[in-house]
Amino acid sequence: MEVTAQQAFDIEKIRKDFPLLEQEMNGKPIIFLDSAASSQKPAQVIDRLNDYYRTGHANVHRGVYQLSQEATTAFEEARELVRQFINAPSEKEVIFVRGCTEGINLVASSYGRKFINQGDAVLITAMEHHSNIVPWQMICEERGAELRVAPVNDAGEIDLDALYELLDERVKIVSLVHVSNALGTVNPVKAIIDRAHELNIPVLVDGAQAIPHTQVDVQALDADFYTFSGHKMFGPTGIGVLYGKEEWLEQMPPYHGGGEMIKTVTFEKTTYNELPHKFEAGTPDISGVIGLGEAVRYIQSIGYENISRHEHELLVYATEQLEQIEGLRIIGTAKEKASVVSFLVDGVHPYDLGAILDKLGIAVRTGHHCTQPLMARYEIPGTVRASFAFYNNKADIDALVAGINRAVLMLK
Amino acid sequence: MNPINSIQDEIIDEFAFFGDWMEKYEYIIDLGKSLPLIDEQYKDEDHLIKGCQSQVWLHADEAEGKVSFTADSDAVITKGIIALLVRVLSGQKAEEIAKADLYFIDKIGLKEHLSPTRSNGLVSMVKQMKMYGLAINAKSQ
Repeated sequence: MEVTAQQAFDIEKIRKDFPLLEQEMNGKPIIFLDSAASSQKPAQVIDRLNDYYRTGHANVHRGVYQLSQEATTAFEEARELVRQFINAPSEKEVIFVRGCTEGINLVASSYGRKFINQGDAVLITAMEHHSNIVPWQMICEERGAELRVAPVNDAGEIDLDALYELLDERVKIVSLVHVSNALGTVNPVKAIIDRAHELNIPVLVDGAQAIPHTQVDVQALDADFYTFSGHKMFGPTGIGVLYGKEEWLEQMPPYHGGGEMIKTVTFEKTTYNELPHKFEAGTPDISGVIGLGEAVRYIQSIGYENISRHEHELLVYATEQLEQIEGLRIIGTAKEKASVVSFLVDGVHPYDLGAILDKLGIAVRTGHHCTQPLMARYEIPGTVRASFAFYNNKADIDALVAGINRAVLMLK
Repeated sequence: MNPINSIQDEIIDEFAFFGDWMEKYEYIIDLGKSLPLIDEQYKDEDHLIKGCQSQVWLHADEAEGKVSFTADSDAVITKGIIALLVRVLSGQKAEEIAKADLYFIDKIGLKEHLSPTRSNGLVSMVKQMKMYGLAINAKSQ
């Protein structure tokens, strides 16, 4: 009998893959609704890490002995898995970094030192995470360049006309978020990339919140740089990926100096290693990379089609249910949204709501979500954010709604 | 016994009557709601202690080596805990404030609200209260 994708997606079976979902918090079964901050890990990833440290650990790229060669093979296999996963043309373009933040810092620093000069500009948007603001502020200050910010509308969508208005030949790079961590907005990155390319301006996409939810094809997007974190896509913390087009990476100076990234060293002159190693100084996070490879395998075993469908159902259900709570206002009502719902309840501070939900075993994020300028745009101190992964179910949302009702009763 | 500790012990005794966290939180929320803690004129940038989660305003007055505090927060649970901290420290001798060991927070089971990771402004506020105590004590010697 043919098994349809829908049948193959068994939420109860999937939940059993995540040991943490069986834990308690404050004596209550945990309702984990903070995957946008960091996702939980399936047993497959945890077991792979355990297995690697128990049976396969040695330093990579330098030992002549078998164990080191095996570790190197596992490490480079993971790179190939990631390459296929995002459809990068070459593994030279897949650089392992500590996370999305480091990916952006690497490009801001290396690309910036080479290509950004006095009087140039960098264009970002008003919905960026601090990690896609501060690195650009730093390089702009250093190089005497201007940081331009494209505004967002009340619904939480980029004002595209305004963005295109700001896009001129002085702009040396555009850096924007694919999916907003605070609002859930899915940005039309492909259209923005095409427009920037008409002026030969490269684009970096912060994909930290996109990759856990949606298939990313860097060639279809034609992104010049695309970066994301492993820990938000069911992999280990401390590992992430920077994809960059070879033509840019070749021209950029190294970011960090040290072992691995060199070809020859004398006190007079060092020549640098080939891509991707030129940007991977020092012993890499070997277990992190191997764990990330396993996370890629896990996502593929479930399938983005299933993930997207299930999460969209959760988003629609959560939005409907939350909107029924009196005085609750959803912040971020873009037409295209990922499974993130940010909200406020009239007369209730997000911290108070979060503190009571915590006691009920419900993990949500409260505060400004590292997007202070965006919160300032909406003139709010912060929000409560519930974010869903494919391992969440409608019962989680019901528990959230009941928790909010109970908290509001106490607080009002 | 030093007056700061006797107030702390009083609070610990009061909290012993609460059955569960709900009752504790309800009490703290009531404290937060009922107390006008700070003169509106002091709710400005100069008196603001910014936390990631909630904000706190703190004002100190000195008279005869004793420090009185008024404070406020935009979050009501934070404000309720502030009310307790003010009850313990306000009106005490500067020297005593500077060296106070605020054990009651842990004993009444609200330690998590005074953890730096909560980033609600309370940790900085306590530090600031002690700084006032230290500074005023140093000045008077």
